[in-house]
Amino acid sequence: MVGVPSRHRSLVLLAGVILLQVLLLAVQIKRDSQGRLIRVWTVGAVSPFERAGSYGFGWFRNVWHHYFALQNTTKENEQLRRENEALKLQIAQLQGKAAEADRLAVLLNFRKTHAEVPMVGARVIGASAGSASQTIQLDRGERDGIRRNMGVITPDGVVGKVVEVYPNTSQVLLLTDKESGVGAMLADSRIQSPVGGVGEPLLTMKYVPNDDTVNLGERVITSGMDRIFPRDLPVGIIAEIKPGNPFKEIRIKPAANLERLEEVLVLLTLHPLEMKKDAEPAGAQPVASNPSPVVR
Amino acid sequence: MHDAYEIRGAESHIEVHKFRAGAIIIATLLALVIQAWFPLHLMRAAILDLPLLVTIYFGLSRRNPSTGLLLGMVIGLLQDSLSGPTVPLGLYGIAKTIIGYLASSIGARLDTEHPLARFALTAGFFVVHQGVIVLTRRILLGQPEPWFNLHLAVAAFINAVVAVFLFLLLDRLRKPS
Repeated sequence: MVGVPSRHRSLVLLAGVILLQVLLLAVQIKRDSQGRLIRVWTVGAVSPFERAGSYGFGWFRNVWHHYFALQNTTKENEQLRRENEALKLQIAQLQGKAAEADRLAVLLNFRKTHAEVPMVGARVIGASAGSASQTIQLDRGERDGIRRNMGVITPDGVVGKVVEVYPNTSQVLLLTDKESGVGAMLADSRIQSPVGGVGEPLLTMKYVPNDDTVNLGERVITSGMDRIFPRDLPVGIIAEIKPGNPFKEIRIKPAANLERLEEVLVLLTLHPLEMKKDAEPAGAQPVASNPSPVVR
Repeated sequence: MHDAYEIRGAESHIEVHKFRAGAIIIATLLALVIQAWFPLHLMRAAILDLPLLVTIYFGLSRRNPSTGLLLGMVIGLLQDSLSGPTVPLGLYGIAKTIIGYLASSIGARLDTEHPLARFALTAGFFVVHQGVIVLTRRILLGQPEPWFNLHLAVAAFINAVVAVFLFLLLDRLRKPS
């Protein structure tokens, strides 16, 4: 025997001979309900490897399915995420369109209730480039009949007046601008006083004597005295009242949401206007008719 | 060709014996035949294990573990073959392989020519032989067997006694040194 020391040869031979006979025994012995012993041994010897292989394969398959095969899942997730984002965007667009439709419907209803007033709908396409002024840019201009000093409103209330006109666009000075102003009066007491901006979200009402009674939350409407806006358009509500010298310091929250304007109406006249008394622009309900903002 | 030669140990010189031609084969076959035939006429003779005694004797005499274990294997397998279908091939084969190996290994280190030594060694080998058989039966065959009892003790004694005389008889098969 090569590589085995002579003194160990007999031991190796002994082991080999015994092993051979054990195998011989195993081939012959048949155990109850378990078949021949050699089969029992073979199964017993092989099954751990099979089990290990099975576990190993299961582990590999698990790893494959949960990690490597997830490449497809990742792609699928990515695709679903994109679809989800697209759907979200679509929903947002639809919600925006629905809101726009509602706003246009309100504008249309406003026009119907003020049919005697020529007006044109316009979309806000820009705002002032700096904080020094409070202006917005409209998508309609001189070609649409817009001129300087025309009033700009929404169904909610007064927005401002046109200060610059270009062929296809126009610029509107908002009520909140320092240079802006509108003839107004208190809806209940009928006290008249111009309302102007101070460069802040709230407006200020000037020239109300300290002796006059003014209540918080009281509505302020246009008086028509400025010859730009018709009477009784909502300007805002009184938010703060402080005694001053010689006039009260009254702050008004604008009726129109001047910080989020999207569509407006431009009053196409430079002559004094008279609005109907029964007009309720702010409470107008949307209608399902053609929501075209252009209403001349 | 030498009839016998010596194994030089550290302190003693153990003689390795050679046997006449065919002596081992004839003695083995005779032991097997007698073992198979004798109990038919004398039931108590079944207590003897002549193949085991032959294995022990030639193992002790030849004093070569490889030869001893191979001889034990052959004798054991032949005994298995003659023991009927209830004894699987390998049961005695394994046991006598081990005994052949042990006997050869011990014979190469000790003087086993003295009758007392032969008695003691045979009794010991009988116990080991029986232990291996019981172990094999228990582990491989699933047959619960007593490790040792009075019957086996008596059998060990009788086989050892018989071995003393049998070995003297077998000594005559040796080639004269």
